[in-house]
Amino acid sequence: MPSRFRLAYAAAVTLAAAAAAVAVAALALRAVGASPWATFGVILTGPLQDLFGVSEVLVRAVPLTLVGLGIAISFRSGILNIGAEGQMQVGILCGTAVALALPALPRPLLLPLCLAAGAAGGAAWGGIAGLLRARLDVNEILSTVMLNYIAAQLYTFLLRGPMIDPAELMTGSGTPQSMRLPRSAWLDRLVPGTRIHAGLYLALALAALVWVLLWRTTLGFRMRAAGAGPRAARYAGIPVERSLVGAMLFAGGFAGLAGAVEVAGVHHRAIEAISSGYGFAGIVVALFGGLHPAGIVPAAAFFGLLLFGADMTQRSAGVPANMVLVLQGVVILAIVSAKMYLNNPYAQERAARLLRRLGVRIGAVAPAGESDSAAEEAGP
Amino acid sequence: MTGHMLHDILALGVPFSVALLLAALGEMFNQRAGVFNLGCEGIMSVGAFLAFLPAWFFKSGSLAPWANVLGFGGAAAAGVLLGGLFALVTVTFRAPQGIAGIGLQMLGWGLAGSIFRHFVGGVTGVEGVAAWPIPGLSRIPWVGTILFDHNPIVYLAFLAVPASAWLLYRTPWGLRVRAAGTHPRAADSMGVSVERVRYQALMLGGAMAGLGGAYLALCQAKMFADDLVAGRGFIAVALVYFGRWSPWGILGGALLFSLAQALQLSIQVGGIRFPYEFAVMLPYALVILVLALARKSRILEPTALGKPYDREMRV
Amino acid sequence: MPGTAALPPIRELVLEEITKRFPGVLACDRVSLTVRRGEALALVGENGAGKSTLMNILAGLYQPDGGRILVDGAPVRFRSPADAFARGIGMVHQNFMLVPSMTVAENVALGLRTLQRGLRLDLREARRRVAEVSAHHELPVNPDAHVWQLSVGEQQRVELVKTLCLGARLLILDEPTSALTPQETDDLLERLKRMTAELSVVFISHKLNEVKALSDRVTILRHGAVVFSGETANHSTRELAALMTGHEVEVARNQGGGAAGRPILEVRGLRVRGDRGHLALDGLDLEVRAGEILGLAGVSGNGQRELAGALAGLRPAEAGSIRLDGEEIAGATPRRIIARGMGYIPEDRHHEGIVPAFTVKENLVLKDFAAARFSRGGLLRLGEIDRNASGLRERFDIRCASTGTAAGALSGGNIQKVILARELARGPKALVAVYPTRGVDMGASEFVHAQLLALRAREAGILLVSEELEEIMNLSDRIAVIYRGRILEVMPAREATRERLGLLMAGVAHA
Repeated sequence: MPSRFRLAYAAAVTLAAAAAAVAVAALALRAVGASPWATFGVILTGPLQDLFGVSEVLVRAVPLTLVGLGIAISFRSGILNIGAEGQMQVGILCGTAVALALPALPRPLLLPLCLAAGAAGGAAWGGIAGLLRARLDVNEILSTVMLNYIAAQLYTFLLRGPMIDPAELMTGSGTPQSMRLPRSAWLDRLVPGTRIHAGLYLALALAALVWVLLWRTTLGFRMRAAGAGPRAARYAGIPVERSLVGAMLFAGGFAGLAGAVEVAGVHHRAIEAISSGYGFAGIVVALFGGLHPAGIVPAAAFFGLLLFGADMTQRSAGVPANMVLVLQGVVILAIVSAKMYLNNPYAQERAARLLRRLGVRIGAVAPAGESDSAAEEAGP
Repeated sequence: MTGHMLHDILALGVPFSVALLLAALGEMFNQRAGVFNLGCEGIMSVGAFLAFLPAWFFKSGSLAPWANVLGFGGAAAAGVLLGGLFALVTVTFRAPQGIAGIGLQMLGWGLAGSIFRHFVGGVTGVEGVAAWPIPGLSRIPWVGTILFDHNPIVYLAFLAVPASAWLLYRTPWGLRVRAAGTHPRAADSMGVSVERVRYQALMLGGAMAGLGGAYLALCQAKMFADDLVAGRGFIAVALVYFGRWSPWGILGGALLFSLAQALQLSIQVGGIRFPYEFAVMLPYALVILVLALARKSRILEPTALGKPYDREMRV
Repeated sequence: MPGTAALPPIRELVLEEITKRFPGVLACDRVSLTVRRGEALALVGENGAGKSTLMNILAGLYQPDGGRILVDGAPVRFRSPADAFARGIGMVHQNFMLVPSMTVAENVALGLRTLQRGLRLDLREARRRVAEVSAHHELPVNPDAHVWQLSVGEQQRVELVKTLCLGARLLILDEPTSALTPQETDDLLERLKRMTAELSVVFISHKLNEVKALSDRVTILRHGAVVFSGETANHSTRELAALMTGHEVEVARNQGGGAAGRPILEVRGLRVRGDRGHLALDGLDLEVRAGEILGLAGVSGNGQRELAGALAGLRPAEAGSIRLDGEEIAGATPRRIIARGMGYIPEDRHHEGIVPAFTVKENLVLKDFAAARFSRGGLLRLGEIDRNASGLRERFDIRCASTGTAAGALSGGNIQKVILARELARGPKALVAVYPTRGVDMGASEFVHAQLLALRAREAGILLVSEELEEIMNLSDRIAVIYRGRILEVMPAREATRERLGLLMAGVAHA
């Protein structure tokens, strides 16, 4: 009986959160004069009508997966990285710079080097926030947000100045973008006529690696322990501060890699607005995926669908693409609220008490993973 | 530096501080009650847009003067609403505050941007609120134009500093707020409803963030754009740490920021050129610096900050 | 009397069939009891018997799942502590309910709605009330002192004065003596006795000598149910103890013998700062030898926490040395100290002893997951971790559904067993045990004591930090008393008496 109650409880909370999220999104759509149901329909089914649509969804899922994996590592390690956007931009700059600086290198060298440079750049940018937190106890949410603004300015500065394509200066159009990467730094396209590229395999492989890292290695054990119980970890001799910096290096590295992959796989040059909110959407993907690689991959595909679907509705129905932000915000609020309710045995007990008062017959409720002694004490 | 230049920097810096000051004072009440609201940024966006909307709509009508009043009212009301939503998520549902704040920020930012693009489209200016020089005082040489030649919101914002101090330290509500943020269980055991106090503080904080946004749209920039707030909500949160949760400390922080910004502008105008992008970076870098240098003190801090309170949870 | 003038005394308070569930636990199971005017009722039971939960229900903090409360025959329902105070029921909690950053008067004003008129706060009236109540009950407090500046004993008085100012006519005290010296305890009991002339008192305790000294009647709870109610005078301490635990109490005793060996843990001139920046340890000297248990007695807040932190490598030592088996460890990292053979049972077992979200088996290798036994080339050896867990689970009688259960879901006693298993399995040279039996049931507590004695027999040096004099006197070979960051005296356990320790704990040297 109690386990049936627990299931029903979980289902009810999840449904309520989903309903609340949909309701708020529908209200927001109403406010801009769009029909919520038609818009939801377009967003969810529009992209799946043809091969091109599906490929575009996957193109977006690749950076989302990479960013989401990094964020999952950082969240699990007890550091809330909101700075993926900036880390991604620094990754784009570094990857592009390396590829442009060494055009003569053979492909087997240049492509990995370009991606590694992106990862290293992002890791360094993330590492700043990690060090500030570990050494000076600077709140990482604030520092990463600030580093986002700083990275955005650095990005524009470099693309308008030192890194601008000389051709842009000659023609006088002055579009802030870098030169085209040498072909040897491009990721292969997988399906002709689409933009889907080999970064997809990379993202999937890394998802598996992150799972190994977190649950099968001593490094992962250390980081998870530092995140889930910093005080106990300290008593057990785990260097918590160092683990925080390490987690930020990973998180920044994944975001930076996502940036380099976007350049090498999709745009082939650094242009403005490549990151275009992937850094923030990645947070939602990581949370939606339960901070677990096996959840993040499908979550990334789902949000890839939402992002591309939102692009389509903007074109077809004139719904501003910013609506995606509204949706993401609502999803975050719904997830954190629901998660709290699912994991809180007291909330569960209160729900049970309410039902009992209403005359529903249920047995005593035990927390998830109840202990023998607790079960004995709870009695019939 | 010439006295003239110093005067200009001060005269420019004082009104620049207002949006930060209002939002940071509001955030101070949130944090004093134990809730860390990073959604401040999103609330400011919505406030800025709602303040802009009537001013833009009634541009040429006879209602124009009232449009600004309506705008400020709307911004405050929206702030109360969003603060209440944040309270629902973090106080009633007890969700972790950091991430929830980022969610609220995205929600507010997205809402303001979408509705703006749908109804208004491109960037358009509004007349905004004019300066109300204070008779007599504004004519004091040098100081007059720095302190007494601004729009009325500037004066009100500076009055809000002592008012906040009084509210926090001298009134029963302030007592309850401080207790709820420091030792919620003690407050609860003395019959103070921690949840109610936190809701109230978040709504007040939301209203003040909304007003801060409205100030940006109607008094400072006199227009609206997606990125008008540009991180000021986050800076306001950082100022609360910097100001050690005290209204006077926050005033100091807000002035520090706005004067740094004014200084940077006047250096550019003064002919010393450095890339525009680096000038824009300055306040954000300053936030990091300020947070890194802020002294940690356990006695002043609202010790229950960031911790959801559950009466039945046994500790 | 002040503060209660408006309300007549409570003639009779009845709890009827009160039931309360917590996740996984039935904390109170149809408990009934009665308190009459001018009476002192002792509510007795082991840790976890449901005493505090029951009283928190009476104080309006918890909502019961069943049963009812009657005041002077009329049923009442308390939705919050404010409702309980309105009926004249006030509680002094075990962990003081005072806001440390505020003054005494502000703390009182917080609960007095009559001093809060709109936006006006009448602190002058609050001060007057505090002065009046403290004069009437001879409980001297300074209304303008900030709570964080006060000692534990002073805070205790403030808490009493505050509760009386709020109009309590039925006073609930939850283990009020747990942080006091024996002399302060006697003093408090004396005051409470005098108060029963005007008030009713419910007194929660598991210290039976205090129960005998103060109460008129006693009610004993076991596993959330009433097992006994009667006149205190008619029953012996021994009888009550048996009722409380359900069996004749057999306390594990240190039988002495086994000459103490070489010094294992030597602390010399240790200076460590506390959280507030004050010198919490000011030139502390201590020596624990192999094969002995050194009991550290003292009122909490005299530097125990800082000493434990410094020994674990978590608090920097400003001066002085700590040697573990001859090697200097002051300033070393926790990891190195652990590697040198230090074991540790921390004060806050839920947050310092285990990672609650980790499984039992993960917690059992929290210190050794990187050792060769549990990992190879940076990869965890899950099979070995499983084997380790099932072995320790058996040996230490850890009750859990499986070793894959989250450790945070276990009961306090079982969590303590997980920590004990991890620490003892490592075969430590020295073990620091901080309040190892606080809040665990009698069975688990006996188990912990037996394990500590077994470790002593294996020639480890054990530092036992405790507030329970009983525990310290029964287990230790020698007893050291800590007061304001220094050791006042070290004596062989057989020479220690409660009185002597009490005086030392109060700072009276050379007693």
